[in-house]
Amino acid sequence: MYTLSSKLKLFSIILMVVGLLGLVYGFIAVPSTIEDVKEMMASHGEHGETHTVAEQLKSEVGDEENGLEFVPSEHEIDTERTDDVETEVAGTETAGHEDEHYEHVLHQLQNKPWAAVYVAAFFFFMIALGALAFYAIQYASQSGWSPVLFRVMEGITGYLLPGSLIVFLLLVFSGIHLNHLFLWMDPEVVEHDAIIQNKSSYLNVPFFLIRAAIYIAGWNIFRYFLRRNSLRQDDAKDNYWFKKNFRLAAGFLVFFIVTESMMSWDWIMSLDPHWFSTLFGWYVFASMFVSGITMIALVTIYLKSRGYLAVVNDSHIHDLAKFMFGISIFWTYLWFSQFMLIWYSNIPEEVTYFVTRIEDYGLLFFGMVVLNFLFPLLLLMNSDFKRVNWFVVMTGIIILLGHYLDIYVMVMPATVGASWFIGIPEISALLFFGGLFTFVVFSSLTKAPLLAKRNPFMKESEHYHY
Amino acid sequence: MASKVIHAIYSDDDLLLQAVKQVREARYHIGEVYTPFPVHGLDKAMGLAPTRLAITSFLYGVVGLVVATVMMNYIMIEDWPMDIGGKPSFSYIQNMPAFVPIMFELTVFFAAHLMVITFYLRSKLWPFKKAENPDVRTTDDHFLMEVEVGNHNTRDLTEFLYQTGALEIKLIDNK
Repeated sequence: MYTLSSKLKLFSIILMVVGLLGLVYGFIAVPSTIEDVKEMMASHGEHGETHTVAEQLKSEVGDEENGLEFVPSEHEIDTERTDDVETEVAGTETAGHEDEHYEHVLHQLQNKPWAAVYVAAFFFFMIALGALAFYAIQYASQSGWSPVLFRVMEGITGYLLPGSLIVFLLLVFSGIHLNHLFLWMDPEVVEHDAIIQNKSSYLNVPFFLIRAAIYIAGWNIFRYFLRRNSLRQDDAKDNYWFKKNFRLAAGFLVFFIVTESMMSWDWIMSLDPHWFSTLFGWYVFASMFVSGITMIALVTIYLKSRGYLAVVNDSHIHDLAKFMFGISIFWTYLWFSQFMLIWYSNIPEEVTYFVTRIEDYGLLFFGMVVLNFLFPLLLLMNSDFKRVNWFVVMTGIIILLGHYLDIYVMVMPATVGASWFIGIPEISALLFFGGLFTFVVFSSLTKAPLLAKRNPFMKESEHYHY
Repeated sequence: MASKVIHAIYSDDDLLLQAVKQVREARYHIGEVYTPFPVHGLDKAMGLAPTRLAITSFLYGVVGLVVATVMMNYIMIEDWPMDIGGKPSFSYIQNMPAFVPIMFELTVFFAAHLMVITFYLRSKLWPFKKAENPDVRTTDDHFLMEVEVGNHNTRDLTEFLYQTGALEIKLIDNK
């Protein structure tokens, strides 16, 4: 039986308190009027979107070293970002235009703490869901190496319930207009926007929340029964509960792949309601899957280093590291497929998504590919390195950081645009949810013995050797 | 000087693995082992050095990546930078997404093919090579261990191998 050490408990509580304080500060520091924005920008020096279109064009042409930029073309000037519909209707009057610009920045800054919370909440929730998908695959594929890690995976999925409820709460807050994360939830915007109007039979708040409730209820019910059956199998006399779990896991995977895909359209893609991509669901899935597996590896290595998982050997770590390596490359494949297809055809209505990301988020956008692809590729290619615990931990931290940035770059351009900054609200949100995640996961690990008994593949798993 | 070797034939892979361990413990030198299929753990039992084929493959892959990059940079960017459907051929990095599929495929192509050729060279395999098989049954269901006699007493060695469960023991004069 694992007991939560008081140090870890204290550590996670400190993280939560510090994060919470930072978040409170983040929400208080938000400017409430246009004057505040003007003052802020004057004191910080003009930055962000203050340069005019002509200047922007000139700076790009002169900037040939900046190779990853798009070559400027005529339509790029016309294609405004999806979130400033108001500016498109703007008149020629300069003063009015300027005020509209400040109002635009004000909305972005007001979105900033909300978006920071949303990104961090979704990131940790997605780790739990990814771990649950991995767990179900282990059951459905009757794998012989992983049963010694089942309790670790179950522990990580313990965060699914609180995590998904928090995300749901945030969606409800958006639905009752406490924030402006989702553009299509604003009736004024929809009124002037024929594209969103055409989508309103799918993108409307009640249906959106009902869908979210169905996904969340489904995942949590499956998680509850998988965990319950796994615990019952410990005291069983036959394999009844194992067989039950086998079927349940197969059912979950079918349910999961449908709901996960729809969840990614609802919760992330609809932040850019003018944009669509067909492989987006898979792309988000790859991100959550590799984060979930990485977290399993990190928690396993931590518990083993404390002497709790005696039967876990190098080969188990090696297998997890192989999955981290393989799924990282799978993620990159999807990232590149999405990017390259849109870049190649360069259709204005699709390409704005990447134009905003490359112009305003260049370093993050390409930096995350380096973190999520190049590092795992080079660090985990060697078979010997995959057995070295600190190597796996180091790569795991890089992968998790990379996938946080991945979610960040998915959410932020649509909500805060060029006004992004990884500052107090973002880091505080990460600390708060990190603390909560640690606390919930390690508390749920204490609720059952760390080694499942009577699993028919347990013997094989204990002697697993690669 | 004609060296002598003993061919000991076993009928079971577990027996063979056990025998290899015993022979090595007794400090006799195993020249070669012939098996009809890969016996898991035989290389470890024999104490063979791990293969470096994977390392060569990685290096070949890097060569392939460089070949692809240099080739396309020369053709598409330096030699004849045409405007093809509005693709930006001003610098390699600007048009890179279009080149990635080729870069990937050539990396895999070089890594795979050169590694296979390396394998053939190192294990001396080619189409008209004369088969080096001491006993035809080793390709079907028998396992053969070749132990060098050297300075050991032939009778002692034979008896020792008999103890390890060998089915057949033959003394061979290597010319």
